Amino acid sequence: MKVVDCLNENCPIPLIKTRQAIMDGKKSDLIQVIGDHPQSFDEIPMALESMGIKIIEKKQGKDVWRIKFKL
Amino acid sequence: MNIKNNNNRSATIIVHSGDFDKLMSAFIIGNGFLSMGIPVSLFFTFWGLKALTKRGFKKAPLSKMNLLGLGKAMIRLKMRRHNVASLEKLAQSFKSLGGEIIACTMTMELMGIKEKDLRADLVKSYGTVGKYCYITKDADITLFI
Repeated sequence: MKVVDCLNENCPIPLIKTRQAIMDGKKSDLIQVIGDHPQSFDEIPMALESMGIKIIEKKQGKDVWRIKFKL
Repeated sequence: MNIKNNNNRSATIIVHSGDFDKLMSAFIIGNGFLSMGIPVSLFFTFWGLKALTKRGFKKAPLSKMNLLGLGKAMIRLKMRRHNVASLEKLAQSFKSLGGEIIACTMTMELMGIKEKDLRADLVKSYGTVGKYCYITKDADITLFI
């Protein structure tokens, strides 16, 4: 599984890094995005939805959130 | 994988302003669309095109409270403090996500800007209003900055 580290990143870097990982990835790759930018926790799923990518897991921890999806 | 958005939408943005903050907006929005699988073309014209010359990003003033560059220095300091990406990084990301940058040749003639004066790493193609209108007629979103 590929991990995309977006910790300490601000808008729009988490979105950019997620898209870059999708572009670099191939069919059925698992990708996990980790971050702490609050809006990106909502907006990365919006981007995934607009590309028809299904989320496997979306978890908000105390300081860090995780979003996992499959290409 | 170059996964596009569900509805096959595309966007174009005219970058008319050469102000640092407006260039930031153009690249942030451009990157936002690209991140959602929406192809984006940026048309740089007038003062916007000047920003695409070498050292153009460095010279770009703030639209308000530039204070001979002091205001801009303060904003850049704050950007670093809040982990906001630099204009240069946003432009590089835009390119690496497949964004297209078009330079207005009419502005080039008007302002005496030659191809060699422009950032070859950013500019993909050249055109005038015809090219903008041709691409935009099939786009779903267009913005003027």
